[in-house]
Amino acid sequence: MSNTVLYTVISLSALGAISAVILYFIAQKFKVTEDPRIDEVEDVLPHANCGGCGYPGCRQFAEACVKADSLEGLFCPVGGNEVMAQVAEILHLETVEEEPRVAVIRCQGSFEHRPRTSHYEGVSTCAVEHALYTGDTDCPWGCLGLGDCVEACNFEALYMDEKTGLPVVIDENCTACGACVEACPRDIIELRKRNKKDRKIFVSCINEDKGGVARKYCSVACIGCSKCFQVCPFDAITMRNNLAFIDSDACRLCRKCVPVCPTHSILEINFPAPKVKKELVTTAAANSSGKAGGQTDAAAGKNASSGDSTEPQNKND
Amino acid sequence: MTVQKNQLKTFPKGGVHPAENKLSAGSPIKILPLPDRVIIPVVQHLGAPAEPVVQKGDTVVAGQLLAKSKGFVSANIHSSVSGKIFRIEARFDASGYKRLSFVINRHEDEWDPAIDRSDTLHEKITVSREEIIRKIQEAGIVGMGGATFPTHIKLNVPKGKKADILIINGVECEPFLTADHRLMLEKSKELMVGIHLLMKALEVDKAVIGIEQNKPDAIALLNGLAEKSPGITVQALKVKYPQGGEKQLIKAITGREVPSGALPVDVGAVVHNVGTTLAAYEAVQKNKPLMERIVTVTGKSLQDPSNFLVRIGTPVAEVIEAAGGLPDDTGKVVLGGPMMGKAVSKLDIPVTKGTSGILIIPDSEAHRMPVQPCIRCAKCVSVCPMGLEPYLLMLLGQHQLWDKARQERALDCIECGSCSFVCPADRPLLDYIRLDKMRIGALIRKEKKAVS
Repeated sequence: MSNTVLYTVISLSALGAISAVILYFIAQKFKVTEDPRIDEVEDVLPHANCGGCGYPGCRQFAEACVKADSLEGLFCPVGGNEVMAQVAEILHLETVEEEPRVAVIRCQGSFEHRPRTSHYEGVSTCAVEHALYTGDTDCPWGCLGLGDCVEACNFEALYMDEKTGLPVVIDENCTACGACVEACPRDIIELRKRNKKDRKIFVSCINEDKGGVARKYCSVACIGCSKCFQVCPFDAITMRNNLAFIDSDACRLCRKCVPVCPTHSILEINFPAPKVKKELVTTAAANSSGKAGGQTDAAAGKNASSGDSTEPQNKND
Repeated sequence: MTVQKNQLKTFPKGGVHPAENKLSAGSPIKILPLPDRVIIPVVQHLGAPAEPVVQKGDTVVAGQLLAKSKGFVSANIHSSVSGKIFRIEARFDASGYKRLSFVINRHEDEWDPAIDRSDTLHEKITVSREEIIRKIQEAGIVGMGGATFPTHIKLNVPKGKKADILIINGVECEPFLTADHRLMLEKSKELMVGIHLLMKALEVDKAVIGIEQNKPDAIALLNGLAEKSPGITVQALKVKYPQGGEKQLIKAITGREVPSGALPVDVGAVVHNVGTTLAAYEAVQKNKPLMERIVTVTGKSLQDPSNFLVRIGTPVAEVIEAAGGLPDDTGKVVLGGPMMGKAVSKLDIPVTKGTSGILIIPDSEAHRMPVQPCIRCAKCVSVCPMGLEPYLLMLLGQHQLWDKARQERALDCIECGSCSFVCPADRPLLDYIRLDKMRIGALIRKEKKAVS
């Protein structure tokens, strides 16, 4: 009996030892040499695997970074400049800084502004509805409101507002990965430069129809009147196909365009609410600009003090 | 005529049997009163938009060329009434979007003098093969079964290929629709001449008219005429949807199977709809361009389901008005049949070359059932006439795996809707397969662009 145990132990140990030797040699033979820096780079990346960089996942992006001679064109929108600086340090390369961006929804066609003309009952995705017809409103450009963008977002940075039927971006969560931009069949979502305090000014409409036609189906459509274009002191606004577009890189947030827009299709977001009395506005804005000292606020203050903001309407909602 | 069971043919794979509901089958074709204003889009066919050759303010006569075909796959557009061009602007049409259209205010009813408006039958074919194709091309004729593929392209058999049989599609397998049925009964003689014209254009000596057994009067009538015409036979077919599909009809009549990605002419067959054949007769023998078509207006709640001869561009609302007006309980208005047609959100859109029917569905029947989980019963697989796996294609569409969907031959789908019809869980199978096809199409275009 004890012999059986002994033989078993000996034979198994021998088998184990032989296997270990074979495995050792095989491991040596088929060893894949991988740049250890790939792991290092991957470790500092956010592990979101969102694809915002243009690669399938963080691992592939890390591989591309290690292979590349310079970081030009390689940027992790989720990690931003901070993470890219770490990557550059590991790889001993120059950092290429990029402005942080944020997604904006370029449509204001809420239930109130854009009357519903039909009832859509088909598959509840924007992609299918877009292929079928203009949607339950007559606007062939505007948001369909079925939330393909919300579905696509990995960072919980988007939600559908039940009251307006439009998606809303939560600025703090948005990483500008671009998944929503890709998902939207109507190209409504744009990645714009992220300004101080997430202040934004943009034309919230992509309608290229003529003004009269556009107004028929939406009361807040851009009608291409080019009033904003004329008033812009920084040449940040371009007019194309009956539509105004504010270049977020050239815009200095002076807000001169906002009050002149006859259809309120230019949105200002995260600016301090204007005071009711006009004179008070002037001083308050000037003071706040002095306190903050930022370039953007100074521009806003200048605007207010020159008395241009005659329309105290707050469209931040 | 009694048709014996063993004579009947059909396609072997898949298919469904929706309720036929041919309410307007006994209603003779009526001529719709001329509309005061027509809207004629520049795209009424598969392919590139035609290019306008007239301007705003011009006076036109019925049959005059409005827009010339541009590109290989395209078709001419003609005026269907005489009058003044009020506007050339984007208008809503059956696509659900605005497309460039001619808006013409009608004045009297003056026709192009070259058109023969008499009822005389011109049986003698005097023109050459090339002349037939040229005339059909000039008349802007497209497939009138609904696919609206330009007819002259199908008649120009590519070099190295040879057609040996012409199949005339009188199946009309869509429930409710009776436009082709009435056409076969009332225009049978013209139809026969049209078939001879198409046979000459294709250089084939054999033509088969495929008709489903539920139209015994049409089978009997055309059989009688076919006996006097050498080369033409009538084939009665079992009632099964989608027998009117090009590939299904070829399989049913000749037993040949069109391979995946190939054209019918690759197996020697060319299929034309009866409506197209009649239009070809009128274009060649009477110089009449495609400016009117037969439209079935039907629905269970409709007062007077009928078949109308309608000028292209007539607003849908006027056609419905002529059939007794839109019932109060209408839930959906569908252009085409219930299986393949498309619901529209507006009634001021025009009847176009591909509008075979206008179907009114009462509100009680118009709604979709709530979608339930797939129970893997594989009914969709067994009814798919193309041998696809609809449940899988839908899943791939939901997960946006377009490449995989392409490998699973999503592009072979003929969009007959049998899968959605039969699904016990009411899953929107076809909606997602259409999305697959669209995205795959975009991928292919991208690849082609990258190559060139």
